[in-house]
Amino acid sequence: MSDSIPQHAAYDSKIEGNIIFTKADSAINWMRKNSLWPMPMGLACCAIELMGAGASRFDIARFGAEVMRFSPRQSDVMIVAGTVTYKMALAVKRVWDQMPEPKWCIAMGACASSGGMYRSYAVLQGIDNLIPVDVYVSGCPPRPEALLEGLMRLQDKISKEESARAHFQTTATA
Amino acid sequence: MDAPFLQAITTRFGSAILKQTEFRDELTLQIAGDIALDFLAFCRDECGFDYLLDISSLDNFGIEPRWEMVYELYALSNGAHHHLRVKYTVAENTKAASVSDLWPTAGWHEREIYDMMGIEFSGLADHRRILMWEGYPYFPLRKDFPLAGRPSEMPDVAFTDRAPLAGGPFVTSPTSATTVDREPRSREIL
Repeated sequence: MSDSIPQHAAYDSKIEGNIIFTKADSAINWMRKNSLWPMPMGLACCAIELMGAGASRFDIARFGAEVMRFSPRQSDVMIVAGTVTYKMALAVKRVWDQMPEPKWCIAMGACASSGGMYRSYAVLQGIDNLIPVDVYVSGCPPRPEALLEGLMRLQDKISKEESARAHFQTTATA
Repeated sequence: MDAPFLQAITTRFGSAILKQTEFRDELTLQIAGDIALDFLAFCRDECGFDYLLDISSLDNFGIEPRWEMVYELYALSNGAHHHLRVKYTVAENTKAASVSDLWPTAGWHEREIYDMMGIEFSGLADHRRILMWEGYPYFPLRKDFPLAGRPSEMPDVAFTDRAPLAGGPFVTSPTSATTVDREPRSREIL
């Protein structure tokens, strides 16, 4: 395989600067996972802990995720933080549909994961009935450190994706 | 209780007061339903109950009349701080009288009671559901409605499903019998 990759002759790092050879998958995944902009779907009490994770003590900015713009068009990961009632469920789905690919979802807390303590006529029993969830963070509410652990698990998941394949498809397989 | 407003109320509405109970300085008057609106208007205008604390409703499932309305009134001005609870029964499929002309806050309370219990109010301007959505087919806080809910579907608005309760709400009944009677395995309504 090494003979099909063109080798540069006489590469001098002092002249040509810092150049790294890597796989497209690794580079794309590294960029994506270290700049996950959240779409905070803060519906209930978990939103307070989400705000705590974004504040200075627990600092979600360390992971590149401090850009919590409430615009789905500009976000990568939707953090569903709180109880999803049936009345709100289709609005959450509409916001999810507006997010461009690639997108991920973190279900934060018991209510978003499974309906939580609310086994009732008004509460959707888990947002995974409507949208595909990548990481479930348990807790009522989860501590900010738990949410950051969930974010790190999502980063691990993203680092294993085959991102380049979607872009470099030949016409035979398209 | 020797409050001055009670004197005025009993003088005016003597026969319509069906029961008067007092428990630890809390006064409750059970009145006849047909004069309820006049009674509450009298309370607001003559007795100084200018603050409607709450409106609530009861479902006496299995007893006629089925509904019971409960009004919590409070007198705020001049440091009066009088508290009065007024109750009256409403038969099923009859309308209760709306007090939203007396206390504007009653509009939302009565919308919630309509939404949850299905009691209709005559004279209520905005007679819509407030917590559930327009077109939701059930009244969730009635005693014959299960806690887990029933499936329903309104395309593009909302849907509901039955929540998994694993046998129903496990509640205890106040009785001095054995635990088997006190805590039934399932009180599930389907």
